[in-house]
Amino acid sequence: MDAKLINPFINATLHVLETMAFIKVRPGKPYLKKDMVAKGDVTGVIGLTGVANGTISVTFQEKCILAIVSNMLGEKMEHLNGDIADAVGELTNMVSGQARKELEELGRIFKAAIPSVIMGRSHSIAHYTNGPRIAIPFFTDDGEFTIEVCFER
Amino acid sequence: MNTSIKILIVDDFATMRRILKNILKQIGFKNLLEADDGTTALDALEKNDIDLVISDWNMPKMTGLELLKSVRASKKYAKTPFLMVTAEAQKQNVIEAVQAGVSNYVVKPFTAEAISDKLKKILK
Repeated sequence: MDAKLINPFINATLHVLETMAFIKVRPGKPYLKKDMVAKGDVTGVIGLTGVANGTISVTFQEKCILAIVSNMLGEKMEHLNGDIADAVGELTNMVSGQARKELEELGRIFKAAIPSVIMGRSHSIAHYTNGPRIAIPFFTDDGEFTIEVCFER
Repeated sequence: MNTSIKILIVDDFATMRRILKNILKQIGFKNLLEADDGTTALDALEKNDIDLVISDWNMPKMTGLELLKSVRASKKYAKTPFLMVTAEAQKQNVIEAVQAGVSNYVVKPFTAEAISDKLKKILK
């Protein structure tokens, strides 16, 4: 996969989390993910079409997303529930939007679908294409989350 | 800025409606209505006298752009301030919204200050 497709998603994630949740995020090293098992408890997935077709997903560990949504809403969130799922959908939407804005500046136009959210321990993430899954781990003071980017070969 | 106006917040994500409500309440606005897509928003517009619409773009059933066009086509709301708050940040999106008559445009993610500044501009 073209590395130029990955950096906009890293930049978008940092920007979205810092602006909406006031959280400093440290990106880890991207790697090729071989399996479908999510690296956390709740995942937002969004389909992208354009110069390439694919999906991105954002998977949060429970402690991490509870801290993020607590900051976003200004109230303590203690359990994974519909409010958390809704917030993950919106976060996925914003990461997609910011990344597509940066990709547009590189001459690559993408359109996005409406995100869907999956919740539960060890759930699977089904990307719509069979391209390589590039995973990018992110670290916060309250745990980790992982972005997966998967575009058709 | 007149904080007694009635504002309709339209977004399919309840999280975003809550965030916007929190910001608007901090500014001093109290008359806040919500809708979770464009069609529900049209119902609210028909049943109420709305002074400002704040709408997302990418929503099921009816998008924010379609809602904007409907609002501008109506006699009652042709000149009502309409703020688009959306993750759709590509140039073509902004051009389409301006051509359809949007009053201003905020890209998600945003700060409370960004929302406040845009409201000051369109409500002055």
